[in-house]
Amino acid sequence: MPAIDLMSGFVAELRRAGLPVSLTENLDAMEAVKVIPIEDRDAFKYALGATLVKNSSHWRVFETIFEVYFSLRGSQYNIVDPSDDQADEFWRDEQDQAQQGQGEGRGAGGGGLEALTPEELANMLMRALMAGDQAMMRALARQSVARFAGMEPGRPVGGTYYLYRTLRNLDLDNMLAKLLEAGKQTPQRDTSNLEQRLAKDEYESRIEQFKKEVEAEIRRRLVADRGAEAMAKTLRKPLPEDVEFMHASREEMQSLKKALFPLTRKLAARLTRKRRHGRKGALDFRNTVRHSLSYGGVPAEPKFKYPRPAKPELMVIADISGSVAAFARFTLMLVYAMQSQFSKVRSFVFIDGIDEVTKYFKATEDIQEAIHKVNTEADVVWVDGHSDYGHAFEVFWERYGKDINPKTTVLLLGDARNNYHASQSWVVKEIRKHARHVYWLNPEPRSYWNTGDSIVGEYGGHTDGVYECRNLRQLEGFVEKLV
Amino acid sequence: MTSTFSSVAQVRDGLKTLNYLADDGIAGVVYLAQRLGKPVLIEGPAGTGKTQLAKSVAELVGARLIRLQCYEGLDESKALYEWNYKKQLLRIQSDKKSDTWSDVHDDIFSDEFLLTRPLLEAISAPDPVVLLIDEVDRVEVETEALLLEVLSEYQVSIPELGTITAKQIPMVFLTSNNTRELSEALKRRCLYLHVDYPDLEREKEIVLARVPDISKNLADQIARIVRSIRQLDLKKAPSVSETLDWARTLILLGVEHIDAQQAKETLHVLLKYQTDIAKAAKELSVVE
Repeated sequence: MPAIDLMSGFVAELRRAGLPVSLTENLDAMEAVKVIPIEDRDAFKYALGATLVKNSSHWRVFETIFEVYFSLRGSQYNIVDPSDDQADEFWRDEQDQAQQGQGEGRGAGGGGLEALTPEELANMLMRALMAGDQAMMRALARQSVARFAGMEPGRPVGGTYYLYRTLRNLDLDNMLAKLLEAGKQTPQRDTSNLEQRLAKDEYESRIEQFKKEVEAEIRRRLVADRGAEAMAKTLRKPLPEDVEFMHASREEMQSLKKALFPLTRKLAARLTRKRRHGRKGALDFRNTVRHSLSYGGVPAEPKFKYPRPAKPELMVIADISGSVAAFARFTLMLVYAMQSQFSKVRSFVFIDGIDEVTKYFKATEDIQEAIHKVNTEADVVWVDGHSDYGHAFEVFWERYGKDINPKTTVLLLGDARNNYHASQSWVVKEIRKHARHVYWLNPEPRSYWNTGDSIVGEYGGHTDGVYECRNLRQLEGFVEKLV
Repeated sequence: MTSTFSSVAQVRDGLKTLNYLADDGIAGVVYLAQRLGKPVLIEGPAGTGKTQLAKSVAELVGARLIRLQCYEGLDESKALYEWNYKKQLLRIQSDKKSDTWSDVHDDIFSDEFLLTRPLLEAISAPDPVVLLIDEVDRVEVETEALLLEVLSEYQVSIPELGTITAKQIPMVFLTSNNTRELSEALKRRCLYLHVDYPDLEREKEIVLARVPDISKNLADQIARIVRSIRQLDLKKAPSVSETLDWARTLILLGVEHIDAQQAKETLHVLLKYQTDIAKAAKELSVVE
């Protein structure tokens, strides 16, 4: 494929993945490619990255797409069939090198990696991981994918399936424990707690690296099979701000958490600025007259009152039952991370019983720890631990209803899936009568609302607005509006 | 010594001789910036060597470093240029009779009465310069617009004088601590470089290069401990400069091999929040 087509396909895919790539940036990238040789793959990648990606949280997505589009360039990235002569030699070379490096005569007697049994392969992997031997790890990754993934051309299965199969065969889950055990037995090693802890981190990162090698190998093979464009489509991952709370994988959760902190900082900075530079207030008569003295009593320079918009008082009432727990956690984290923007924050969590959790956040500076306490210590189960909005609201009104005043903004978080209990929506109506605003945030897509046991419409009618908050972007937008 | 880079490797090796250890990304972007004549926007956590990069590059190409420190309230007269008002007044008051109106007018708006500020200075400098615009995220969105003309056209327009175009294109580095989103217009004009905490090997090399008299063993241990600490969920992860401080502290204390006790006692050099210190101390002494 000519380079220009490849580039434009690449840029189009970046745009499809949601990265804002402008025309000038595209042109810059083309310029950059001219001065960087494509053979230097790393430099090439960074050149494209520097011109096309202007937000560090988009880097991962960029990397994946880059892999897909350019992983077939460069001779060492050729796909080789393991039964191929040349490949065989390659494996043998790698293996010989590795064994020489370890000064060991053990192995499959020059029969190449494919002659090894899975156990032997796993053992070899373990040794490679212990020694941190990069070349060996890469060779093993290729070999294990070829052997265990069971990839067939044209099979409509995603990469994760192959990944799972490969790793299961290598017993990678138990690898860490095995490595640690082996590390302890080496006599000259320092066995203090600190050393052990460091060793564990070291092994973890090596295993992580090996996993990445395996993933990359699977991708390379899939691309060779299906072509870059089709592959990019199946691999397309949402940007961190577009990841849905309700379906986030563990890895995505991590990246969300990472994205949250800088986001709150930015949001807070923006809001403070907005508050400060907001519209001028009413005419300050006294001040104007005072200044008129320097103009001989002529009020030449009108002075205005400095506007001081009141910071809202916030009450967050969150459903933390399984299906929406992640969303509730995130919203609580976001709210507490920007506490300074509110004059007072109180929070309540419920499943079918309700409990106030403000104290956990007051007790510690560490939001993560507070969230952990909320999850483990709050008393939220009344009967069976299935969401009962009605009962929770009723109890809330009884215990805390009197604390709601005209300065309070109440946030209700949840999917309003009430398991067909009584809705008690009069509580929301009462809250609205007393509070400044009542908003409902729903992590479900709008099209699911009011289907099945969801009764968000019934509650929503008594609020000032129901907002769809499926991802960080929507949540951010709402918070900005709120303050 | 003014030089044009011929390859990425040259940049990396050149920076290395100045004790700045660049990874592929950093060296690649610096090389690209010079070849394309584009500014570089560097983002990343505090204390990862963003400002140092600009300084080192200036030293490498043998150029003068002109630095514009940004802050809230920075305006045209501090960033671009200002008329020397007092001198203009003096000029008008001296020999009033001989001058016609147009003479005075032309005269007081000439180079002599112009006070150059960093941006204009970088543009009009006859010798090679590197312009560093530090912490650009601190200025207001409106002020950002001031930079746009300089960054894309390398020129400054002064209504009374006309447009001053750069005699040579300076290398420009902008740094940002990411406290707010920079405008699209600014980002579009720059190459983007995200400098993150270095990986284990690089951090080790940095410690070895920057801290005199440190043993390989100790540097390795320091780098590994710091990596472990960065993996914890902290308010503020230790930066490279804090790693270096820690290494120097340990050298002063005459430590050859860190044990848990010493690590705990010196953690305050590395971490600046009490909760972080407590957490790290707990984590480092226990294996889960």
